[in-house]
Amino acid sequence: MPPLSSKTDKPKDTKGTLLRLLSYLGRYRLGIFGGVLLSVAANGMSLIGPELAGLAISAMEGGKGNVAFRLVYRYATLMLILYICSSVITYLLSFLMMNIGRSVGKKLRSDVMNKLMRLPVGYFDTHQTGDIISRVSYDIDVISNSLSTDITQILSSIITVTGAFVMMLRVSAPLVVVIVVMIPLYILYTRHMMRKTRPLMSARSAMYGAMNGFAEEMFSGQKTIQAYAHEAQSTVEFDVHNDNACDAYYRADYEAAKIGPTVGFFTNISLALSATVGSLFYMRGVLNLGQIASFILYSRKFSGPINEVANISNEILSALAAAERVFRLLNEPEETADVPDAVELVSAEGHVELKDVHFSYVPEKPILEGINLDAEAGRLIAIVGPTGAGKTTIINLLMRFYDPVSGEIHVDGREQREYTMASLRKAYAMVLQDTWVFHGTIYDNIAYGRSDATREEVIAAAKAAHIHKYIMCLPNGYETVITEDGGNISKGQKQLLTIARAMLYDANMLILDEATSNVDTRTERQIQSAMRTLMNGKTCFVIAHRLSTIQNADRILVIGGGNIAEQGTHDELMAKKGAYYKLYMSQWE
Amino acid sequence: MKWILYYLRRYRWQVAWSVTIKFFASMGELFIPFLLKYMVDDIAPTKDVKLVLLFGGAMVLCALLVRFSNVKANQRASAVAKQCTRDLRHDLFAVTTNLTGSQFDGVTLPSLISRMTADSYNVQNFIGMIQRMGIRAPILLIGGIILAAVLDAKLSLVLLCMVPLMACVVLFVSRHGIPLYNHVQNNVDRVTRILRENITGIRVVKALSREEHETARYDEANEALARSDFRAGATMALPNPLMNLFLNIGLVLVILFGAYRVNTGEIKSGVIITFLVYFNIILGAVLGLNRIFIMYTKAGASANRIGQVLSLGDIRPEIISCERDASVPFIRFEDVSFSYPHLQETVESSDRENAVSHISFDINRGESLGIIGSTGCGKTTLINLLMRFYDVTEGRILVDGIDVRAYETDDLRRKMGVVFQNDTVFADTIRENVAFGRPLSDEDIRAALADANILSYIDSHEEGLDYRATKAGANLSGGEKQRVVIARALAGNPEILLLDDASSALDYKTDAALRKAIREHHSDATSITVAQRISSVRGMTRILVMEAGEAVGYGTHEELMESCEIYRDIYHSQMGGADNASA
Repeated sequence: MPPLSSKTDKPKDTKGTLLRLLSYLGRYRLGIFGGVLLSVAANGMSLIGPELAGLAISAMEGGKGNVAFRLVYRYATLMLILYICSSVITYLLSFLMMNIGRSVGKKLRSDVMNKLMRLPVGYFDTHQTGDIISRVSYDIDVISNSLSTDITQILSSIITVTGAFVMMLRVSAPLVVVIVVMIPLYILYTRHMMRKTRPLMSARSAMYGAMNGFAEEMFSGQKTIQAYAHEAQSTVEFDVHNDNACDAYYRADYEAAKIGPTVGFFTNISLALSATVGSLFYMRGVLNLGQIASFILYSRKFSGPINEVANISNEILSALAAAERVFRLLNEPEETADVPDAVELVSAEGHVELKDVHFSYVPEKPILEGINLDAEAGRLIAIVGPTGAGKTTIINLLMRFYDPVSGEIHVDGREQREYTMASLRKAYAMVLQDTWVFHGTIYDNIAYGRSDATREEVIAAAKAAHIHKYIMCLPNGYETVITEDGGNISKGQKQLLTIARAMLYDANMLILDEATSNVDTRTERQIQSAMRTLMNGKTCFVIAHRLSTIQNADRILVIGGGNIAEQGTHDELMAKKGAYYKLYMSQWE
Repeated sequence: MKWILYYLRRYRWQVAWSVTIKFFASMGELFIPFLLKYMVDDIAPTKDVKLVLLFGGAMVLCALLVRFSNVKANQRASAVAKQCTRDLRHDLFAVTTNLTGSQFDGVTLPSLISRMTADSYNVQNFIGMIQRMGIRAPILLIGGIILAAVLDAKLSLVLLCMVPLMACVVLFVSRHGIPLYNHVQNNVDRVTRILRENITGIRVVKALSREEHETARYDEANEALARSDFRAGATMALPNPLMNLFLNIGLVLVILFGAYRVNTGEIKSGVIITFLVYFNIILGAVLGLNRIFIMYTKAGASANRIGQVLSLGDIRPEIISCERDASVPFIRFEDVSFSYPHLQETVESSDRENAVSHISFDINRGESLGIIGSTGCGKTTLINLLMRFYDVTEGRILVDGIDVRAYETDDLRRKMGVVFQNDTVFADTIRENVAFGRPLSDEDIRAALADANILSYIDSHEEGLDYRATKAGANLSGGEKQRVVIARALAGNPEILLLDDASSALDYKTDAALRKAIREHHSDATSITVAQRISSVRGMTRILVMEAGEAVGYGTHEELMESCEIYRDIYHSQMGGADNASA
């Protein structure tokens, strides 16, 4: 729940973040300049209001029968014009600033997306999806809102405070002293309270985070909880989190509850002081009643923005913290750029060679330690081995999702880093265990990767993947929209869809990483001929749990302990009675 | 909103107390300008310095009282908000964990989570705020109007003329603003969805070099979001300047009209000064009411979403009465058919209506049943029905001679140890994950872990049983997670053991060792194993072969090899190499 997680944190590099945020505002400098002008105008007008009201009241001072109506009319008309103008300008101002805020938000969102598309896959493997998304959905929102409202607020506060101050001075300088005495009190108090409540607020966020995390986890495992009749007990555990969160909320709120009334108290004291002192001045004949009236109105205007200062500064701090998080993402190192004279890999033959490839995701945990492999064009290479041995890592290296720590990978006789990244990846078709479909029609999902495919080709691919019949049973056939994460179709059918996608894609090299793990064995058998067509003439890298699917591989690599433990054909490895043999025979135990 | 009231009712005396304090605080706030008026208008002309100082002192005293009672009232309000929300969340959590399968599917997991988190937070804020502003703003408004009326009834009528205009503004905003914000929310969802799709599918996007296409797709949604957001903002920025304008026009009218009344000698000019102060109070109150109104629409929507779930809690599965029939086998499915209630709306084709149709089988105590068949053929549904996550549409299921619908669901489920497809490892110690609230000794837990072939891995950690799994078991591999949840199922020595695709992440060797351990150490358990692999089910007493929700074969491995073509088909597809190997 983002609104709670990061509300109160402080930016670490305030200055740098501020400068960078300002650079985003740079192209709206004309707009911002206009905003400043409008702001001055709007606030100036609202300041003149009480002055005019005071003048109008002074014009009545004569009392019964002696009201100077001409003056009253004039001031009233001026007031009316003033208030209409001020309302229009206020609206224009918020319209303008909102436009700027929203535009910056849009630009930031689009920058983040562009950045994400250029980040290496490793970034996504090591960062939580929810965290990345909250940058866009929450952080940018905070920034955009802050730009829309806080700039105006600051401007109007400054203008109102100075304006009111000047106006009060004009009415009565000695009386101003009475008000000004209160200012240090305001500042000291709000600073004191901010220091006091901030840790309470972060404790509250932390407690909420823990409670939300717990609830999320329990709801996800709701069936398991019911199966073990664990409902009551998990509710008891939840109550602990709930109590903690509620108590933290209360503790923070208990302190925060003092701020508003206390600031209000200062305002009332100013009022009492200016009224008392004003009356005393009146008795001495220093001031008239109208002047006291407008002075009191100004003193209210003067203290109003000061109340706001605490609020705004909190908001600005959290906006800066949000901006810092967004910028941190924008600063992430990008995927290695293509070397300057990179060549396009067009119609690859598919000769892949791994030469002494070392790789580790974290330095202390080596995954591959000197893998050598020569896959000639058109060969079927199967990779087997226990979970975590590095089967998928090899695929990651082939696709350049990661680059080897040392060693070389050659495609068609050239080190693969000499090709452009896009053309290298385009040379592979890929079906992964984690099937991926997006919110869109089935047709678009199959045609993804080949937008130029004809309808006939798409249907042919679907037929080959044995999914056509199922698609035709759906209410809207190929136009059926798959919902988010494909919830309305089964895992197996999703996998068939991605197989159809790969069939349509038709590249010269093929990667199948547990491509049929979610397809039942009968269907798998039915699509086997299609898979064979798909694999025909291509260099294929196949990872599979079901050993039956890879028996006809040209070469089977058994990975273990960072190395190739064994390699050879099925028959060779069976004869060897080594690791592969043991793995294979365990199927019948 | 009735749900908020329901929870508030328990704390009505506390609410009454905090509201009373707030009432007096607000009255005090109104009283200060009243004193001010007296001082400036009536006392200042008398030139009585003592009296002026006395009134000044009274104002300061008043301000002090207002401050302290406001603080007290605010703190009481958050105490009420805290207690209400705690109760509400407690109930919501309890109801959610007890939801039946179809109720859960109906609301969906992400929605249940956001009701628990974001919605309950909105309600909490609202309960806190409404007790402060909900009292203060109306009192200041009404009080301000009354005081103004007492001061001078005719002048305040002028100000009141503006009320209908302001009501129009509120009406306009509620009519147009809320749909606009819904629109914004939909666009936010769309942007987030595309982003999420790209993050989860980054490998595919990169492999197919579709980055530009994705960016374009995203930009379009981003543009739509910015546009709708701007439209909503432009509308919602209207009420403030408009309300200000109307009130200020009222003020001008008050001055004009006041001038006439001063001229006729009905009032003094000091009245108008005080009027201006009341006017500011009224202005603040109106803007406060406007904020309450916006908050109310937001919190009301949240409270309704929570209320929907809470009212599901009243609909519990019925417990029927049923005589125990001692003559039937331990587990019996009698012509069971079932269709998922919520799926009927999305998938219309007739052959998909029943998730399972006319399934019958018997399992004696200590026997085992294997269920095999293609993805989506209804295997998991049978487990769901046996555990009574859903109720059968037709037929019945007997456990120990009693209809499952006649059991207290907890009693029924206590007989069972189960591993679901993609079962959950909780962020807790291994010990707690296995014991899961049951009073099991460390020996029991270790034995179960040993049977699940994971004990040595657990022991390789310094903490042993105290090793903590992180959220969703992220620090364990798929196979390790699966073995931990298998240990959980085995640990209670259940009468009935249900394994739904429980070994999909295990290699053949581990799978075989697991089956051996179950055979040896849990021989008296009656088991049902759902699997994709023939090797996982071929040793079972009987095997049920399913296809599109129907039973197409039922018998021992040998019988099925004889009689069931689909079974043979599956066998050959998986064991194709077996003959070669033995040859």
